[in-house]
Amino acid sequence: MDDKVIQLQSLTKRFPVGNGYFTALTDINLELQKGEFAGLVGPSGSGKTTLLNIIGSLDVPSEGTATVLGNSIAQLSQKQAAHLRNHHIGFIFQTYNLLPVYTVYENVEFALLLQNMSANDRRKSVMQALEWVGLTDKEKSKPSMLSGGECQRVAIARSMVKKPQIVLADEPTANLDSKNSHHILQTMQTLNEELGVTFVFSTHDEKVMQYLKRKISLADGRVVKDETVMADSV
Amino acid sequence: MVAFKLAYRNLIGAGLRTWLNVSVLSFAFVLIIFYNGMIDGWNRQGRNDTQEWEVANGQYWHPDYDKLDVYSIKDANQELGEQVDELVKAGQLLPVLIQQATIYPQGRMQSILLKGVPTDQIILKLPTDSLQGDKNSLQAIIGRRMAKTAQLKVNDRVLLRWRDKNGTFDAREITITSIFYCDVPGADNGQIYIDYEKMQDMMGFNNRATLLVTANEEPEVLAGWDFKNLDFLLAELDQMIESKKGGGIVLQGVLLLIALLAIFDTQVLSIFRRQKEIGTYVALGLTRNQVVGIFTIEGGMHSVLAALLGAVYGIPFFLWLDTVGLSFGGLDVGITMAEVIYPYYSLGLILSTTLLVVLAATVVSYLPARKIARMNPTEALKGKIQ
Ligand SMILES: Nc1ncnc2c1ncn2[C@@H]1O[C@H](COP(=O)(O)OP(=O)(O)OP(=O)(O)O)[C@@H](O)[C@H]1O
Ligand SMILES: [Mg+2]
Repeated sequence: MDDKVIQLQSLTKRFPVGNGYFTALTDINLELQKGEFAGLVGPSGSGKTTLLNIIGSLDVPSEGTATVLGNSIAQLSQKQAAHLRNHHIGFIFQTYNLLPVYTVYENVEFALLLQNMSANDRRKSVMQALEWVGLTDKEKSKPSMLSGGECQRVAIARSMVKKPQIVLADEPTANLDSKNSHHILQTMQTLNEELGVTFVFSTHDEKVMQYLKRKISLADGRVVKDETVMADSV
Repeated sequence: MVAFKLAYRNLIGAGLRTWLNVSVLSFAFVLIIFYNGMIDGWNRQGRNDTQEWEVANGQYWHPDYDKLDVYSIKDANQELGEQVDELVKAGQLLPVLIQQATIYPQGRMQSILLKGVPTDQIILKLPTDSLQGDKNSLQAIIGRRMAKTAQLKVNDRVLLRWRDKNGTFDAREITITSIFYCDVPGADNGQIYIDYEKMQDMMGFNNRATLLVTANEEPEVLAGWDFKNLDFLLAELDQMIESKKGGGIVLQGVLLLIALLAIFDTQVLSIFRRQKEIGTYVALGLTRNQVVGIFTIEGGMHSVLAALLGAVYGIPFFLWLDTVGLSFGGLDVGITMAEVIYPYYSLGLILSTTLLVVLAATVVSYLPARKIARMNPTEALKGKIQ
């Protein structure tokens, strides 16, 4: 098996602005292996979110190729892309993006409903995911009743419940205090180590950086540094 | 199935706004069924009454008989003939002789149609047994409308003048023996019923009739007689009912439109406000078209809730109305209309109304939801689309 889960080759992304273009990413070449715990770091506007969106098949490159789990992103149909996201890619957002009318349990269950999993299996998976993030006692709560840290833990459970190959976390700690940030990062670290899930973060948070095993620095849409760090934190 | 569950949750989660929309829509729903139920009830009662009092299962007319032309009536009669005679004896045909005549109530002069009907008939509801009596007196029955215009009461006597077959005037006093109460103007207005036999004697006719009312559901062809079926005889009623239906459509349409507009508005707003949610659905693995579907079902589901809510207060209301009816206090619209109308709710009416409301709500929900299919999911996630 090929262990390269993400492969970016000469990737460029341009957005139409006015009557010209704005180039958000320029000639990105990157490879990520299964089980990496990597972060895209860089100042605001450097292209971190744009790159995560392309890897997550929510957007397509303007030039070059992005290959994710063997799929060329630009060539996927809407349906195929949706299938890829549903089964293999988990998203975690800065603003949690929980569905407000659902309970914690239902939020986590959502992706599994789309997979036509049996009710029994769903229940098992959801409860396990809630256990990973320590929220089994909140399964019946609505997101509005939870703290920010708890919301983000629900979001982690939601991204992990389908046992994806890749989790993309866009500034997951930006809205959290330091205690909650550490809690969440530790949770993700454990899941990464135990389940071998590949994590890709985007961040400019120092707290996140100390957990990263690989730090990819972006500036003005280019990779300016790509360093592997000894995981000696915690 | 997931989509329905999601849509339902979102709808219930939206709270008051949903219930406002659902209330308006359910009101439109109930009103449409109510109005059409009343019209159908009127129609059924009207047809039924007209059949019972005037036309039974159809009429055979003398070829020259024209309801609207009083001058044609004089000669528009013919002998029954053998075939007809037998059917009359078998109780399947009712001969009616019609002539113009004049009465003089309280010194006034009033033109009327004199109708001779056998006293022992049972084909029409007319109380013709009240026409029986000895040869020297002439009994007559009239309807409530006729009684009112001529100011006649039971046991009143009034002078009747007519021309016999040779055109010679003759006159006689009649006694009103019964005033019947029916909802069919065509069996009542300006008409006086007397015994068929006596009328023949008065006119110098022998076994002649202007028209024949048939009790037979599958009428046969009778030589020399024009058969008029129910469609023809009830055309006036049908037309009136069609026109009332048309009038109702405007009101129903406006109400339905308001309800649909409210749903449309809610959809537009909710798609605008829930961009992040839309982006999240896509990130979780729905295609954009599936999200369009969820929002369409969500909007369309207003109609399902409206039907349920409508049933909650509509069914008791309809059942109550069905027992007491709706009184129109003898409103005279010139056409058969019962004083108290009992609505008639057919399965077809309820199903077609439900279908109409569900379809309309789904369409107005789909129109704004289509926008989602063109949304860029990354923009939606940022919640920045204008
Ligand atoms: N749809 C778009 N149209 C035009 N420009 C865009 C679009 N999306 C992103 N950009 C631009 O591309 C650049 C990179 O944006 P991106 O959101 O990837 O940055 P980022 O590194 O995630 O920043 P932050 O840390 O603030 O989240 C920015 O300058 C942004 O304005
Ligand atoms: Mg960003």
